[in-house]
Amino acid sequence: MRALNRKLLRDLWHIKGQSLAIALIMGCGIGLFVMMLGVIDSLEATRDAYYERYRLADVFAGAKRAPATIGRRLGDLPGVRSVTIRIVKDVTLDVPGLDEPAAGRLISLPEHGPPPLNALVIRAGRSVLPDRPDEVVLAEQFAEANRLQPGDHLAAILNGRKRQLQVVGIALSPEYVYAIAPGSLMPDNRRYGVLWMGQSALEAAFDLEGAFNDVSLALRRDGSEPAVIAAVDRLLAPFGGLGAYSRADQLSNWFLASEIAQLRTMAGIFPVIFLGIAAFLLNMSFARLIALEREQIGLLKAFGYRNGEVAWHYLKMAFLISLLGLAFGLAMGAWLGRWNTGLYAEFYRFPFLYYRPSPAVFIGAIAISLVAAAIGVLGAALQAARLPPAEAMRPPPPPLYRRAQGFAWLGRRLDQPSRMILRHILRWPRRASLTSLGIATAAGLLITSLHWIDAVEALIDGYFFRTTRQDVTVTLEAPRAMAALYGLAGLPGVLAAEPFRSVPAKLKHRQLERREAVQGLVPAPRLNRVLDRTGQPVPIPASGLLLSSTMARLLEVGPGDQVTLAVLEGRRPEREVRVAGLFETDLGTPVYMDLQALNRLMGEGPSISGAYLLTDQARAPALNRTLKNLPLVAGVASRARVLQSFNETIERTLSVMILFYILFGGLLAFGVVYNSARISLSERGRELASLRVLGFTRFEVAYILLGELLLLTLLALPVGCLLGYGLSFAITMTLDNELYRIPMVIHRSTYGVGMAVTLAATLLTSVLVRRRLDRLDLIAVLKTRE
Amino acid sequence: MPPDADPARRRPTFVVRGVTKIYRTGEVEVAALRGIDLELFANELVVLLGPSGSGKSTLLNILGGLDLPTAGEVRFGDLELTKLDDRALTAYRRDHVGFVFQFYNLMPSLTARENVALVTEIARAPLRPEDALDLVGLAERLDHFPAQLSGGEQQRVAIARAIAKRPEVLLCDEPTGALDSKTGVRVLAAIERVSQELGTTTALITHNAPIAAMADRVIRFADGRISEQTANLERRPAEALVW
Ligand SMILES: Nc1ncnc2c1ncn2[C@@H]1O[C@H](COP(=O)(O)OP(=O)(O)OP(=O)(O)O)[C@@H](O)[C@H]1O
Ligand SMILES: [Mg+2]
Repeated sequence: MRALNRKLLRDLWHIKGQSLAIALIMGCGIGLFVMMLGVIDSLEATRDAYYERYRLADVFAGAKRAPATIGRRLGDLPGVRSVTIRIVKDVTLDVPGLDEPAAGRLISLPEHGPPPLNALVIRAGRSVLPDRPDEVVLAEQFAEANRLQPGDHLAAILNGRKRQLQVVGIALSPEYVYAIAPGSLMPDNRRYGVLWMGQSALEAAFDLEGAFNDVSLALRRDGSEPAVIAAVDRLLAPFGGLGAYSRADQLSNWFLASEIAQLRTMAGIFPVIFLGIAAFLLNMSFARLIALEREQIGLLKAFGYRNGEVAWHYLKMAFLISLLGLAFGLAMGAWLGRWNTGLYAEFYRFPFLYYRPSPAVFIGAIAISLVAAAIGVLGAALQAARLPPAEAMRPPPPPLYRRAQGFAWLGRRLDQPSRMILRHILRWPRRASLTSLGIATAAGLLITSLHWIDAVEALIDGYFFRTTRQDVTVTLEAPRAMAALYGLAGLPGVLAAEPFRSVPAKLKHRQLERREAVQGLVPAPRLNRVLDRTGQPVPIPASGLLLSSTMARLLEVGPGDQVTLAVLEGRRPEREVRVAGLFETDLGTPVYMDLQALNRLMGEGPSISGAYLLTDQARAPALNRTLKNLPLVAGVASRARVLQSFNETIERTLSVMILFYILFGGLLAFGVVYNSARISLSERGRELASLRVLGFTRFEVAYILLGELLLLTLLALPVGCLLGYGLSFAITMTLDNELYRIPMVIHRSTYGVGMAVTLAATLLTSVLVRRRLDRLDLIAVLKTRE
Repeated sequence: MPPDADPARRRPTFVVRGVTKIYRTGEVEVAALRGIDLELFANELVVLLGPSGSGKSTLLNILGGLDLPTAGEVRFGDLELTKLDDRALTAYRRDHVGFVFQFYNLMPSLTARENVALVTEIARAPLRPEDALDLVGLAERLDHFPAQLSGGEQQRVAIARAIAKRPEVLLCDEPTGALDSKTGVRVLAAIERVSQELGTTTALITHNAPIAAMADRVIRFADGRISEQTANLERRPAEALVW
């Protein structure tokens, strides 16, 4: 090995602590980069292959009841490649081993052969056979959660009649990669499942012979999506069409797409933070290294080493550090990626999902680590290259310290060691402020990670405890007269019942258009409430619409404006309705209206779609038993169960994630503080040793070095809180979508914990450095020429 | 035989004409050299004497291509050092010059052998590092780090490092400045030996007047000028010096 390279390795070994700290931080950045982009790669590649192979449709539409002949006309529309007509019905399930009723979505399969669109992946057993009306295929998520296998049975209420169904197969569908009940926050695989059944069995059960209520269409390459959607709406309107929508709005695909988009945003934020700080630390360390090796550099040049060779020498050193970080990052990224992919595979069901980042991810990781290293040391390396040799070989003049201008009043009160701390900070203000900023970023990162707990808590509290106070929500299979409410109120254990009416509709304003169910509520709801920002209940206006502000933004309307309400049910009235008021919510884009006003608009007598129930927990088993067998019930949602499954999911995913980020944040703080401490120690070793010789105690000497870091950390904490707020805010904004919003809540205690962890990292590092300081060899330090 | 006795027969290695060097630090101007005219020859050992601040190191740095004069001309053979850019000066140092400094300036992270190798690796026809160290009597200490060597030994490593490339020019700035006289003598003997064996043009700065006795020629500096030049009719071997 060349002597110069040997010097390089030994010098690197000499600063191994710092190099390792930098490599670790760089590794975190690379690891997150590889993990996030790798997961994105894997998800996208798998999704595309899956959709393609199992023919996920491009446009979807529901209707009340359309004759099969319409299906053929849909197929003849320009731009349409193929069509599948189906029967899709939401039903109540009675699953063995489950106390409460579950909700199921029944989907028809053609009698012969696989469906032309939205094909199934049979994972166990087989598909249903013709002439066996009781056979069903279960979605894998639901089957697994309830431990159901081919050969098992479960019951469903089909059109008012309870039927025993036999499970013959387990399947996956590209249409239900993410199987979530409409209106839910998170999947609950025990209580929501998709089932497939033979076409004729479903036709018979729901009196839909020769008819369909759901259609999927695949477009030709040149087909225009908006044109097809408009044409489908036109054709289906007379048959209770519920409005066609594209794949982008298909629920499962929407969740998948928004997950990928989120990952992409994070991939743009987190690696940049870590690599940026790694570059800064490299910069700091190498500036110091080059100052230390000033004479050696002069010497190399005196021997005839070229400027380029000198600069390259230091660049190479930085590249070695970044290679170490890269190795660490790639290993961590692969591990985290596999773990994270496993987590995704739990929520997003693909027939196969492997963590397999494309080569571009690895090339990208290598490139960004080298670029970060180059950015970090280029300045220092060029400075080394520019050092005039004759000058480099004479010792640098002692650094010029300044009396602190304007701090004279403070100065008089300070002892000498504190004065040394202040002067040192003021002598290198840029470095001090960057160090402080680095520590602040660590604190900010910690606060941002911890803020998730607050946000989810706020979400749960807002939704499960303050807005909704009902224990059970019962949805009826079809709208019923008000008498049904009294039936529900009379069920065992029901303490109070509040009716609601839900009507599918399109809201239009100018060229803007949204599909949303309009909810009719009683004037002053006490169970399912509407709250304003301050938590005060908002009364339902006697006339007009009460819009969520998110919906108002989508339609670009405000209070007093008129919107067109096109109902997609019953007689399908289309009216101009005034926006009576707005309210804030974190969930969806709901639209409310007075129940009676909605009944009037529909041209119907007092009728309801379901009810919110307040129940006596002691009698829950009896209520559950009854609900499972009530023919007119299409869905039952229990708050306690939903909350439980929500918490379980959060526990499994978020808490592990948060733990990681706390680790990362702590590491960041440690890296920054450790680097500064080592650099200060190397710069001031002589000074500090001289003080020891003069009779200062170890503690007093440690105070000068570590006091500075503590001061910088204390200055960093408020900035860290601001950064944490800003980062949380930015992430919250990117997660703002139509289905849910993460509330922007950070508790004071969260700031406290973030600051405490940062401070702890500083103190821990101080202990490490202090041990080194205590071992200062006084004679050696004083003998060597700086 | 003193080389300047018969200048017609030998071309000088260095020709220095009217060299001045002015350092500017802010408003203050320091004239380190105020018009130097000088010739140095191959196989010649000159000793530069003079009070502190008289410009000896400045001249040596200019001869070594570490620095450029403010005015004047320096020729090394056919090479006009004063006309060279940084790149060419680097090549000049790499190919022709060996340096020895007062504080040894070894790389602390490299062993004796590796410190020498640092130079031989970029030289055109170098000695083996082991042979160079043998020349200065350090064959036994090849694998020791600078911290494990005494000052005199470190300085001899520095000499080995300077001559390992077989330079035409050997420039030594107070090579014994940090050493006691006994160790100093051994270092000077090493310089004497290698410069004779390689036939270098050797310039040596010192504050010890007795060392001048080992030179072919003694050049005295005062206030940026050459105040006096004397040729020694007879060189005393380094081993015979005492101070
Ligand atoms: N880089 C510089 N900037 C400013 N002044 C300089 C610089 N280098 C040298 N000088 C000044 O030039 C003058 C000559 O310096 P030089 O180092 O050549 O003296 P010297 O004869 O070698 O002294 P000594 O015996 O103390 O080493 C001195 O006054 C010195 O202060
Ligand atoms: Mg000098």
